[in-house]
Amino acid sequence: MQMQPTLLLPEIIVFVGGLIVLLGGSFLPRHRQSIARAVAALALLGAAVAAALAMAGPAQAAFSGTFAVDTATGAARVIAVLTTLLVLGVAGGEIAGSPRESDTYALLLFATTGVMVLAGATDLLVLIVGFLLASIPLYGIVGLASGRSGAEAAMKTYFMGALSGIVLMLGVTVLYALAGGTDYARLTHELPAAPTAAVGAGVLCVLVGLLFKAGGVPAHFWVPDAAQGAGVTAATFLTTVPKIGALVAVYRLVATVATGNDSWLVVAAALATVSMFLGNLAAYWQRDPRRLLGWSTVAQVGFLLVPVSAAGRSDLALPSLLFYLAAYALTNVAAFAVTATLPKHRELTAYRGLARSRPGLALTLLIALLGLVGTPPLGVFVGKLTTATAAWDGGHGWLALVVMLNSLLSLFYYLRWIGPVFARPAEESPGFPRSGGAAAWPLATASAAAAASLGLGILAGLLWATLEGPLLL
Amino acid sequence: MSMLSLIVFLPLVAAAVMVAVPSIGSAAARWAWVAVSAVELVLVGVLWAGYEDPGPNELAFEEQVPWIPGVNSSYHVGVDGLSLPLLAMTAFVFLACAIYALGDSERPRAQTALFLFLQGVSLGVFVAADLILFFVFFDLSIVGMYFVIAGWGHGNAAGSALKFFLYTFLGSLALLLGFIGLYVFSDPHTFDIPELVAATPLQDSPLTGGLVLAAILVGLAVKTPTVPFHTWLPPAHTDAPATGSAVLAGVLLKMGTYGFVRIAIPILPEAWRGWAWVIVVIGIVSVLYGALVALAQTNLKRMIAYTSVNHMGYIILALGAVGLAVDDSAQARSVAITGAVVQMVSHGLITAALFLLAGVMHARSGTYEMGSYGGLAAPAPRYAALFAVAAFASLGLPGLSGFIAEFQIFAGSIAVAPVTAIALLGILITAALFLRALQQVFTGHTQGQSTGFADLRGRELWSVGPLLSLSLLIGVLPQVLLVVIEPASASVVDLIGR
Repeated sequence: MQMQPTLLLPEIIVFVGGLIVLLGGSFLPRHRQSIARAVAALALLGAAVAAALAMAGPAQAAFSGTFAVDTATGAARVIAVLTTLLVLGVAGGEIAGSPRESDTYALLLFATTGVMVLAGATDLLVLIVGFLLASIPLYGIVGLASGRSGAEAAMKTYFMGALSGIVLMLGVTVLYALAGGTDYARLTHELPAAPTAAVGAGVLCVLVGLLFKAGGVPAHFWVPDAAQGAGVTAATFLTTVPKIGALVAVYRLVATVATGNDSWLVVAAALATVSMFLGNLAAYWQRDPRRLLGWSTVAQVGFLLVPVSAAGRSDLALPSLLFYLAAYALTNVAAFAVTATLPKHRELTAYRGLARSRPGLALTLLIALLGLVGTPPLGVFVGKLTTATAAWDGGHGWLALVVMLNSLLSLFYYLRWIGPVFARPAEESPGFPRSGGAAAWPLATASAAAAASLGLGILAGLLWATLEGPLLL
Repeated sequence: MSMLSLIVFLPLVAAAVMVAVPSIGSAAARWAWVAVSAVELVLVGVLWAGYEDPGPNELAFEEQVPWIPGVNSSYHVGVDGLSLPLLAMTAFVFLACAIYALGDSERPRAQTALFLFLQGVSLGVFVAADLILFFVFFDLSIVGMYFVIAGWGHGNAAGSALKFFLYTFLGSLALLLGFIGLYVFSDPHTFDIPELVAATPLQDSPLTGGLVLAAILVGLAVKTPTVPFHTWLPPAHTDAPATGSAVLAGVLLKMGTYGFVRIAIPILPEAWRGWAWVIVVIGIVSVLYGALVALAQTNLKRMIAYTSVNHMGYIILALGAVGLAVDDSAQARSVAITGAVVQMVSHGLITAALFLLAGVMHARSGTYEMGSYGGLAAPAPRYAALFAVAAFASLGLPGLSGFIAEFQIFAGSIAVAPVTAIALLGILITAALFLRALQQVFTGHTQGQSTGFADLRGRELWSVGPLLSLSLLIGVLPQVLLVVIEPASASVVDLIGR
């Protein structure tokens, strides 16, 4: 067995990029911090290229089978770094010139590295490393926002994260004890013979830890608070990028344990159902757009867990999950980026009349929100279609019904936002800032992400072909 | 790019241009809409001229490009005798709306963009030969109509639009669920309609087949709408602008009924036969309930909306009756299907005309209440004449298209199942309610809102007039239309007998 560190080139590039930004940022004057952003963007682009090239090659295992470089890892890497690139665009409006600018970029890069490690881990110990590397910078990013709600968000995220980390490690310990090893190949082999209750407890603990990262039930409580209280850069990042690594990790874990015991697929289906319903119902009467989006991301985790319930049973399961992740990341970033262009508008009703004064921005928001509902031909529609099909194909027809039902539930609260946007402006409304200035970056990001989510749906076939590949366990 | 793609995407591209170029002025936007719609009608005319019947389960002007090969979904379009008449009707109704809207003043550029978008997706529904493509256009038509009602409606437009969106979105999701079911149970897995028709999935599993059909039926029944899924229709129509109502009733409702003949019957023939009685009953109930509730209305637009429920009921009745017996009655059943398709075209033309006329009424005096008018024929003779023609066409007077449609529907249905004659009562009630409305609004002394009511002007005349002329043409020379529809009806009858 060889080390083959070159297989981890994307992770290395992003991590080293983070170090350079961190150290270099300390020597840059305040008004030249944009150099740090350029370096960060360059590192992410380099990692994207490296990850794409790795995807073109054969699937292989690195570090003695503890890290898989396969289609799933490749796709997760590309999606994660490109999404972080978009998050830098959102950050351009909010934190450009702020005292913590380069620190934020460094933390974003470190967290992204962790997310990529999480996606590729095929060993429980590597999974822990990925979890911690993805989580710890996150606490810092959330805590950078000042004010009371920022502090609350940081505390909640930190406590939930610490608790979930401990639960995750507990689960790993149990599974280690049962299987006598931590790599997935060994788990596949040993767990079927182990006591079912103990395996159940161990796997559930690991799942809970990963669901904290994903922001799904039962470890979701921090998501709406963080989405509302943290800065928009942090909110965009933490509701989007960690999900990419966490859900691929969940998929790998469930695929591993389900080879011996089919009931894990039902557990995944149940978790998906609960996340969808809870997220959607809790979003209903929210008045703050970012808190509404926070709850909507909880529901989206539910949709993303749907294909996991078909792991190993349907050929569509993995490609549909990866496709949905890509589409979701773009769409969600677009929605958050729109809120970043209007930082003072923190009520749904404040968006009244947006379409008359800023038609382009209103159209972008419309594409993002209809995208999250799953309106064709946007990317998330193809994701929802294929994930629901995978679930039914994998034997969970009822789950497809739940997906449809929840899409309908979600339409209502998105319409509570879309409605005012396209309504006639109120008489005494304060109006909307003109485009340009600090909001130019998030505006461009929002437009690009929304356009990409449309392109993803229309050109779905091209991307799909690159997502069909074997999963290494 | 094939002819069909051009027909679908020309309005979509024009809509995108409307959105992207803010410097387009009001008049330019209005006339651009008329021009694009006119070109569309010409293109459909060229298509019609070059059309030859493609044979059973085949499509003319076919084009297929892979879209999501992973799930065997493609951009697959084509026309046959079921879709071509609807395509022509759609192009006609949209052109009429474009001409009518020349006099509107509210945000013309946005309105033009929205209606061109709606036209593109509506035409897309009728040419789609892939379930997912069908769904894409089907769903987008809902989104477009939501903005038409919410943005240009009156009264409680926001509430009605929300109800419309949620309700019809429920329907479209049920439809999607059914489509996924067809995919999962077909072998090899595909979303392609002709392939599914050839494969007839779920032929041997009545329970699952019934459930999948139920999902598709609910989806299409919401859109059609049939009783008991019709409650979104009256508020949507009452609060929608005139052109929106014309498109909604004229074109969007047909997507539901078209889905029955295009998807439900040919792909799930066995399940359709199993459920045929239920469908016939739903049809009869829709006919009678729609007519009775329409009779009770005092608001003219609500009344027209409920007659749509009644008219769609005839289509459902005919399609259900076709599944009742598979024996020597092929001729009769083919007549019933032809009648159903003619009814889709005829209702599209007539109801669009009626809603545009109702819009004129609202524009003049701000109310649809029939009681506040009287003796309108004296100040507005042209208006009265056109309204009378539209009303007679709607109630099925011979010489107009509604008669051709309903005669064939009943001739075919009663031959298969004599009990369907109960629905004839619907025609009687519709006749009564239209005659009563004509009497109340147009005859007697000129009073109330009728005083000073200006007669139809040029663009109003030129939008409603052609719609009714075409209805008259179909009524007098039905052969022009029937020669296209009949071969397709015969092949549907063959498909359901499998």
